[in-house]
Amino acid sequence: MTIKLKVWKQKNANSSGHLENYTVDHVSPDMSFLEMFDVLNEQLVQDNKEPIAFDHDCREGICGMCSMYINGQPHGPLKGVTTCQLHMRSFKDGDTIVVEPWRASAFPVIKDLVVDRTAMDRVIASGGFVSVNTGNAQDANNLPIGKDKADMAFAAAACIGCGACVAACKNASAMLFVSAKVSQLALLPQGQPEREVRALNMVAQMDSEGFGACTNTGACAAECPKEISLDNIARLNREFLGASISSQEL
Amino acid sequence: MDTFKLDAKVPEGPIAEKWTKYKSSIPLVNPANKRSLEVIVVGTGLAGASAAASLAEMGYKVKTFCFQDSPRRAHSIAAQGGINAAKNYQNDGDSTYRLFYDTIKGGDYRSREGNVHRLAEVSANIIDQCVAQGVPFARDYGGMLRNRSFGGTQVQRTFYAAGQTGQQLLLGAYSALERQIGKGSVVNYSRHEMLDVVKIDGKARGIIARNLVTGELERHFGHAVLLCTGGYGNVFYLSTNAMGSNVTAAWKAHKQGAFFANPCFTQIHPTCIPVSGDHQSKLTLMSESLRNDGRIWVPKQKDDKRAANDIPEEERDYYLERRYPAFGNLVPRDIASRAAKERCDAGYGVGATKMAVYLDFKYNLINKYGRAEATKHGIENPDIETLTRLGKEVVKEEYGNLFDMYKQITGEDPYEVPMMIYPAVHYTMGGVWVDYNLMTTVPGLYCLGEANFSDHGANRLGASALMQGLSDGYFVIPYTIGAYLSQEIKTKPIPTDNEAFVEAEKATKERIEKLLAIKGKQSPESFHKRLGKIMWEKCGMARNEKGLLEAISEIQALKKEFWSDLRVLGDAEGFNPELDKAGRVADFIELGELMCIDALDRKESCGGHFREEYQEDGGEAMRDDENFMYVAAWEYKAENQWELHKEELKYENIKIAQRNYK
Repeated sequence: MTIKLKVWKQKNANSSGHLENYTVDHVSPDMSFLEMFDVLNEQLVQDNKEPIAFDHDCREGICGMCSMYINGQPHGPLKGVTTCQLHMRSFKDGDTIVVEPWRASAFPVIKDLVVDRTAMDRVIASGGFVSVNTGNAQDANNLPIGKDKADMAFAAAACIGCGACVAACKNASAMLFVSAKVSQLALLPQGQPEREVRALNMVAQMDSEGFGACTNTGACAAECPKEISLDNIARLNREFLGASISSQEL
Repeated sequence: MDTFKLDAKVPEGPIAEKWTKYKSSIPLVNPANKRSLEVIVVGTGLAGASAAASLAEMGYKVKTFCFQDSPRRAHSIAAQGGINAAKNYQNDGDSTYRLFYDTIKGGDYRSREGNVHRLAEVSANIIDQCVAQGVPFARDYGGMLRNRSFGGTQVQRTFYAAGQTGQQLLLGAYSALERQIGKGSVVNYSRHEMLDVVKIDGKARGIIARNLVTGELERHFGHAVLLCTGGYGNVFYLSTNAMGSNVTAAWKAHKQGAFFANPCFTQIHPTCIPVSGDHQSKLTLMSESLRNDGRIWVPKQKDDKRAANDIPEEERDYYLERRYPAFGNLVPRDIASRAAKERCDAGYGVGATKMAVYLDFKYNLINKYGRAEATKHGIENPDIETLTRLGKEVVKEEYGNLFDMYKQITGEDPYEVPMMIYPAVHYTMGGVWVDYNLMTTVPGLYCLGEANFSDHGANRLGASALMQGLSDGYFVIPYTIGAYLSQEIKTKPIPTDNEAFVEAEKATKERIEKLLAIKGKQSPESFHKRLGKIMWEKCGMARNEKGLLEAISEIQALKKEFWSDLRVLGDAEGFNPELDKAGRVADFIELGELMCIDALDRKESCGGHFREEYQEDGGEAMRDDENFMYVAAWEYKAENQWELHKEELKYENIKIAQRNYK
């Protein structure tokens, strides 16, 4: 296959970017989308042109590092799949594909398709944990957790923190990301002691990072490569409201 | 000729009491002094994140470094199947001793008894700690934790979270780390790569790190430095490691005096998705847990062109069940991998390249899960379709994400047709030599997790990597580091304008400039590919003297070519992944040579190291305990020159025997 690409090129956060045209020949349908970029980059090096910078690491859909906005969709057209797991068999010979970085003011561009997502780390640091020090935890089976709750917590915990939800949202809201962590811990007995303060702190941090407001359009859940459910946002809203009321009572 | 005596510092006393006794006798550092002691942790995977969080909780000042954009992306995240712990929740006779025994035997009697017993002892605490953090392990309806089996064991001691166990464990450790970052007791440096260890008066006192966004070199002081930087499987180019996984930090430490142990011990994992073409950038693992329910087979007839489902039962060779009836499909990884290679080399392989075997779920899907579900739902005499439908639901719950991943990559549906799999490089048992305290041969420099060599001998058992990473980080280093830091309370932080820091930074800068100045024609990627090909063909699943000698001279030639014809575009300022890659490939080339030297020197077959000259008639590995029961620890002397130091292995609690899984 031959694929035409329009790729966002931007030197650094302070410069302005533009779309540049490339053509990649001999694309095999078994290649992953990122392997096509490898081929293109090798070709660029041969031509003495600087390769395109993009984030990637595990290439098996779990680390959350890859982050391409493909034809207007984070991680491209397939549902429930990261960019690294998208294969060229999803495209046709002669297709033109537009590739951009995640767009959000909380995710400044570092170079080309690479953005800075440390805002998400800071949101976790504000409350996305159970405050338990290492050592002397009770026996794990002394804390039975019903299968249904455990499964729901697991489904929320499957978030890979890639930021596709933010990129998909017209307001660049991080509600799906934040709600997944708040839900996981709110559903488990271990998360109860800090349940309220967690919801309040994580939402406050999310706001201060410059993520936008949520209007429940659901674009985040539709584009999430791990299919994190919109139910989590409903749960976060409940958690936040409940915590706001009870904290005012103090 | 051995001028340096390696001292493993394993405490005296009965094996079951060593750790407990030693732990209570290690000097302590009082809380006020902890606040003035600084620890650098390089790498934020299971070992690094758990160590950094635990040390910060204790009061030390910690700095963490990772090359990824967030600590949460370290490659521990990709571990699929599970984590072992001697909990005996299944009442199937498990114990600390059995986990210890299985690990030593699985490692083909090439690991250190003291370390492995400690690992087995703390394994249960790991599960408790992770559950307390909110890690959502799989549970039964009654709320109790579930277990499954992994290779090389006859008990069920593997805890799991679907096929995403590594992710959930890492997110647990990451959340503990972020909690400390939020408190200010850890300062994290993402997108930073360690490029040298700084030594002052023979002790590790800090690192030189490169900010990968700005390109700036930074000097960081620490009273101690912990390397938690993972394995070096990417030396083979194609492996199940992440694209960024590299040996650079460990290699720089090696060149500063840290011995490198058993570099030739690499694990080739039996169940990976086969290579599909030249464009391939990495290989994807299909978890060992699949061997709980998947049966491995090839056609009995050579070059059988029929589709898998058209080959009748009696014309299938379930070769693992045939050769190893006691363990069947759950033999250790090295044995399963060699058996697959043997069948494919003999002409029984399947798929387009004939370099694959089937991993088939149909039998257990129908007979094990389908029937159990039918009984549960009170369906009498269920037909095959009903059984398939019911069984599929259970299989989906156990392995759903793996099946989806397989389908995504290959375009085939493993619920309908058997998976095709082939062995691939997965893990490295070798690594930086450490003593019982996890300290390297450089005082103050420690090494944890996959980056060290200590616990898995010549072959690691499945679900033991996560166990070791977390054991080292949560339960070993917080104690053992006291032995060193208690002696350092009078050491004031050393200003980074100290000559040693200035010199180290200068040397790092010169090396970067040298890489950029070559201005040749070939990309770092192309050199990496060529190195990988040499390593896979001559230092891979089977090795022999002739091949290894050839490999050494080919690697030396490749190195010359690299330093005279490399092309790195861009410059040292700003974000430049090509430059990062070039530095890593340069280190991989040097490591590759040492791996071949080590493989050549070890004239025996053991675990993942299979020397074709040393095998029995049936093709089983032939170990030589008389001459090779030692850890080969290599000291870097000069370019292409290493000196071998031997740490003799003593087995006082386990009777050494030939590994038998029949």
